[in-house]
Amino acid sequence: MATITTTKISETDLLIEEYGYDDHFHEHHDDDKFQSSFITTYIFSQDHKMIAKQFLITGMFWGVMGAMMSLVFRMQLGFPEESMLWLKPVLGKWITVADGIGTLAPEFYYALVTIHGTVIVFFVLTAGLSGTFSNLLIPLQVGARDMASPLLNMLSYWFFFLAGAIMFASLFLSTGPFSGGWTAYPPLSALEQASAGSGAGMTMWTISLVFFVVSVLLGGINYVTTVLNLRTKGMTMWRLPLTIWAFFITAILGILSFPVLVSAFFLLMCDRALQTSFFLSEIFIGGQALEHVGGSPILYQHLFWFLGHPEVYIIILPAMGIVSEVLSVHARKPIFGYRAMVYSILAIAFLSFIVWAHHMFMSGVNPFISNFFVIFTLIIAVPSAVKVFNWIATLYGGNIRFNAASLFSIGFVSMFISGGLTGIFLGNSAIDIQMHDTYFVVAHFHIVMGVAAFFGMFAGVYHWFPKMYARFMNETLGRIHFWGTLIGAYAVFWPMHYLGMAGVPRRYYSFDTFENFSHFANINKFITIAAVVVFALQVLFIINFFYSIFKGKKVTSRNPWGANTLEWTTPIEAGHGNWPGKIPAVQRWAYDYGKDGKEFIPQIVPLADGEKDNGDH
Amino acid sequence: MTFLIIFLCILLTAVVLVQLGKVTELATSIRGEADAQEDLNTRQGLLGMIFLVLFLVISLVTALYYKNWMLGYGPHASASIHGDSIDGMFNITLAFTYIVFVLTHIALFWYAWKYRGRRGRKALFMPHDTKLELVWTAIPAIVMCFLVVNGLMAWNEVMGDDGDEDIEIEATAQQFSWTIRYPGQDGKIGEKDYKSITGLNSLGQVWTDTKNLDDIIADKIVLPIGKKVRVRITAKDVLHNFDLPHFRVKMDAVPGLPTFFYFTPKITTKEYRKNLSKYPEYQAQDPNNPEMKLWETFNFALNCAELCGSGHYAMKKIVEIVSEEEYNKWLAKQKPTYFTSGVRFSDEDPYKNELFDIEDSERAAAFKTTFESTMLADDKTILLDKVEFAFGKNELTPLSRYQINHLASELKRNPNVSIELAGHTDNVGSDETNQRYSEARANVVYNMLRQKGIDENRLRAVGYGEAQPIAENDSDAGRQKNRRTEARIIAQ
Repeated sequence: MATITTTKISETDLLIEEYGYDDHFHEHHDDDKFQSSFITTYIFSQDHKMIAKQFLITGMFWGVMGAMMSLVFRMQLGFPEESMLWLKPVLGKWITVADGIGTLAPEFYYALVTIHGTVIVFFVLTAGLSGTFSNLLIPLQVGARDMASPLLNMLSYWFFFLAGAIMFASLFLSTGPFSGGWTAYPPLSALEQASAGSGAGMTMWTISLVFFVVSVLLGGINYVTTVLNLRTKGMTMWRLPLTIWAFFITAILGILSFPVLVSAFFLLMCDRALQTSFFLSEIFIGGQALEHVGGSPILYQHLFWFLGHPEVYIIILPAMGIVSEVLSVHARKPIFGYRAMVYSILAIAFLSFIVWAHHMFMSGVNPFISNFFVIFTLIIAVPSAVKVFNWIATLYGGNIRFNAASLFSIGFVSMFISGGLTGIFLGNSAIDIQMHDTYFVVAHFHIVMGVAAFFGMFAGVYHWFPKMYARFMNETLGRIHFWGTLIGAYAVFWPMHYLGMAGVPRRYYSFDTFENFSHFANINKFITIAAVVVFALQVLFIINFFYSIFKGKKVTSRNPWGANTLEWTTPIEAGHGNWPGKIPAVQRWAYDYGKDGKEFIPQIVPLADGEKDNGDH
Repeated sequence: MTFLIIFLCILLTAVVLVQLGKVTELATSIRGEADAQEDLNTRQGLLGMIFLVLFLVISLVTALYYKNWMLGYGPHASASIHGDSIDGMFNITLAFTYIVFVLTHIALFWYAWKYRGRRGRKALFMPHDTKLELVWTAIPAIVMCFLVVNGLMAWNEVMGDDGDEDIEIEATAQQFSWTIRYPGQDGKIGEKDYKSITGLNSLGQVWTDTKNLDDIIADKIVLPIGKKVRVRITAKDVLHNFDLPHFRVKMDAVPGLPTFFYFTPKITTKEYRKNLSKYPEYQAQDPNNPEMKLWETFNFALNCAELCGSGHYAMKKIVEIVSEEEYNKWLAKQKPTYFTSGVRFSDEDPYKNELFDIEDSERAAAFKTTFESTMLADDKTILLDKVEFAFGKNELTPLSRYQINHLASELKRNPNVSIELAGHTDNVGSDETNQRYSEARANVVYNMLRQKGIDENRLRAVGYGEAQPIAENDSDAGRQKNRRTEARIIAQ
């Protein structure tokens, strides 16, 4: 438990003054043209901290949207007999009425599933998670005034905003939003005749995601450049906090994989608009034989998953980084096996590029090729296991301070274990024959990259909220949020394993046609009720968030958690440029907790005589 | 409405919780942070332990509770031979992962409880431990090797395209149904081309490929127990997936790229039902059929497992596994689609101008019966219903030659029989024209019979024009009946 005294604070200033690097910041910034008006401060801001908040709040908006969509389709699955008439004012013609009973239209059910997946994966867990924390923490933790290019950083947010606006507008199309699944496999996504949503809905969906990729690339180039070039004096790569390592590698993954998605979309657009045949061949639809021959729908799947698989690590790596940092700070112990953690991030990132076809074992690719993808896929379990063991070892012998941030980190580890282990089933192609596209898959990826990533995000929000808004979030509500969500999320997704093991396929609007799948009405009811409760708890989180921005308990010391990283050496309300005077210099790695009898030793404190730095070996 | 009320209740609870949060925050600041944090650590650590116990217990109990519904357990042992290796892999993986799941969760929450923050305690400074890290890198690596080797052995066994099947069938998916094709007697599935798809030819079978002529489109999948089946899987429009959960079979159907899956059914539907009846879960009433129990109405079913549009959830085909004897009986009853779909003799039929031997001999037999019964009857007229002339011409349609052959055969078989060949027309056109036509047409048949070696003394060709209608001339159908050629036995 941190005991911060006023002498400590001035000690920080003294250390910065004595060892810090003078870039003559104040001489250029007396008159801050970038932060002078409401618009430049809050809207077209170039300050990474404000952009981080913009990403977070936009991400929260899309989180609520995605969650509400899931509630609607969960009601269809849990209570198919119940009238949905009360949703008619919102959903309009997508609720069809017969005998006073409102029914959700199947096309719209599939649109909800599709948009839910798309916005949660891209807008919430990519932009909302790595957009928020990469922006907030990279400059603060490497000791930089801002991103390498604040302008590109601002554009990155606004391209994201534009992508969101287009996606949102597509919800109001008369033919409905895109409804062919978030993976948008052709021919379904290519042919208007195949699905109403594959017309204008698909066009807007694609344009939205292309803008989103622009956003990711602008952000990613910035993150990589900032980490490589703007580290402060003494901040070697091996002294970077694990958060930065995670964001850095995530950005590289994004830069390498997202353009491939755009190329897939480009070819798909050609097939749609210019009658090319990249992905289409020998199709008879709507009473008509199409001219397309020679294309391969499987080619699209290769291109899509070449992004799609790294994408799940783009989602989970930042969460892992956040959890590593938060666990270490609140356990008052160094993260166990720092180097192993870095190497496992690198290993996971590398492997993530050569496992994509494990999504395609059952798609008609040559079964022989699957052998390699099985091997690489299951190898990922090794660095993942190392990370889990290291997190648990970090708790061992600690002096753990429980709060919402550390609880969510522990919850993350639990979710990552539960969801990760089921990946070992699915990654093994023989088992995937049975489990592919069943609820077992739904359970797996929701737990491991959905709930776990959200837990990482929540841990980060509770932990760095004081840095963002100079106030604390309400802890009691945070703990209720945590326990409710932990239990609720397991209640939602755990039973789905059972459905999957019973062979129930995913993406079914109703189970009436198949007697063999219709035995589980009670499980589906239970899941839906749990989902409503979990949603309510997230509303509680949002209330807590906005309430705390204005009314939360004020932060009274610079370093409320007693953490070592540089962001806690800035003033409580850091202005543009982060440090008013010199940039602090780094003297040691980020994890000297409990060393030599001291509870924590910030990175700016010089090594004592003969003291060995645990980061640089 | 219920949802709205529930939702409002939850929102209200949220408001209460916010107030509660404010109060506890206030209380904390009164009591002193350090004290409060220590109490909190104890409470939260304890909650973690309670969660751990409940989580482990509930996950195990519910899994056991639903066990008999899950494929691979209880009555749901695999219905195909290869499925056992998949279920085996699942269970091996389950054993390893369950151990890891339990141990890591115990460690996670137990350490969280044991090392909860207390005043005056010092955390251990333990940045790393190479030996420990090597151990827990090596163990998962070894386990993964084991799983990979076993998994791939099973995979390559199941997925090989050996060509050693006993039966090949074809499943074609379209929005939103399946078409199942059997190869027929030749055991070979005919070629198809998506551009040949028409209203009559739903698969686009290429009729010039004679392998198609005996192919059967069945309304369900019926297969014999113990025979290796290769399913050729194709799609007409978008991606679909051929999923037989009980047989551990799953493969995408891709337009333009036929895929396949091999499996050998090892239990009949009847035996499977019998197994189900031993479990109380399946003694319950079938909600769709209150007279029957769940096990009695059980059927294997084919479903689609790749999102294919708004009807994705309703692509069902019943699958029936029967004994070989029952299978053969069922198969014998199925008629080739070429003959039942309306393609035969239509413009799409490349063989519309000829008869297959089997058709010819069927017709010959029928004609023989007619001929013989006419010899015994008072009315000695035989309608040559298959002898037709091109419209407005005196040329026989190509198929007419078969019946004339049959007539010739009967005349040879009965050397004492003499016949009159009578041409008739409808009343369209002038009497003279009609008279001329009827004579000319009767002569065409006459000449053909002569060519077949029938003696001219036994034959006489007469044209009756429109004088002897057998139906009213006021409708197309009536007129068609009147345009005819007859053979009348005049001596026997």
